Amino acid sequence: MGFIFDNERPIYVQLVEQIRLKIVSGEYKMNEKLPSVRDFAVEAKANPNTVQRALVELEKEGLIYTESTSGKFVTNDERKLYDIKDNIIKCKVSCLISDMELLGIKKEEVIKYLKNMKG
Amino acid sequence: MTILECKKLCKNYDEKVALKDVNLEVKSGKIIGLLGKNGSGKTTLIKLINDLLTPTSGKVLVEGSAPGINSKEVISYLPERTYFSSEMKVIDTIKYFEDFYKNFNKEKAFKLLKDLDLDINMKISKMSKGMREKLQLILVMSRDAKLYILDEPLGGVDPATRDYILDTILSNFCEGASVIISTHLISDIERILDEVIFIDNGEVKLHETTDDLREKENASIDEIFRRMFKC
Repeated sequence: MGFIFDNERPIYVQLVEQIRLKIVSGEYKMNEKLPSVRDFAVEAKANPNTVQRALVELEKEGLIYTESTSGKFVTNDERKLYDIKDNIIKCKVSCLISDMELLGIKKEEVIKYLKNMKG
Repeated sequence: MTILECKKLCKNYDEKVALKDVNLEVKSGKIIGLLGKNGSGKTTLIKLINDLLTPTSGKVLVEGSAPGINSKEVISYLPERTYFSSEMKVIDTIKYFEDFYKNFNKEKAFKLLKDLDLDINMKISKMSKGMREKLQLILVMSRDAKLYILDEPLGGVDPATRDYILDTILSNFCEGASVIISTHLISDIERILDEVIFIDNGEVKLHETTDDLREKENASIDEIFRRMFKC
């Protein structure tokens, strides 16, 4: 629950990122009905038009779908969820690796660090 | 649809120019921040839109016509200062609004007051400043209006009350209506805005979509405002 925004980046981009995360992490379950735009806006303390814009983006990605009369739902396409989760992980890991490269640490060494890391 | 238009709007107080050549168009369904330093002309503009001042030249059009009986029905206005007599009770202010405005939704007002745990028999004189501001906001947001104009709704209240005020605005403005909020407390409010209007020295310096502006400048609206109007 809860959304945290950084005022320096477009809010709709951050909403897309955070809702996407809630979907792939299972906080919003497959086929679950999403809150109405207005409720979403109040929960996120954001503008209803911004929420609408973010939901349209997520629908384009295929993460949510609209049932004409009853609102918006989380996709039931497991493959899609897997792909997007996979993408997020790859992206985070490649960020980590390139950061470590800047410190002159090779991939093998990064793995060693990860293994020894507690928690 | 356009709800409000200002065309070459000017206002002088004797020799002093308060507003100069303001051209504005406000569409339905938007939340707009009217941002400017103290004395920049925000309240003058708001009073002109509400027919409380007469333009020196130029015009204001609300739903395409000059301000008058129709515009007062369409616009729900929260002035900078509360105007109820301190002898009134909460229930009196509700009756007052019911008498004045056809589109006042009494049930909504009662519900919001109940959520606040505010006793309807309490006298205004016994209420704190924050409480009075909340009451006034509840009354204004309980009208089924097409345009809400809120002049400094966040001035002089604590951060928790600010959150309450923003929530109340977000959850209560009518579907398809627009909201204009004037403030100089930008960082508290910028995330709920669709558009911002920067006003300085009586002139509109900028009118843009907030997310486009953030994308273009890589900065918060607050930061952009500070850069533009550095003292």
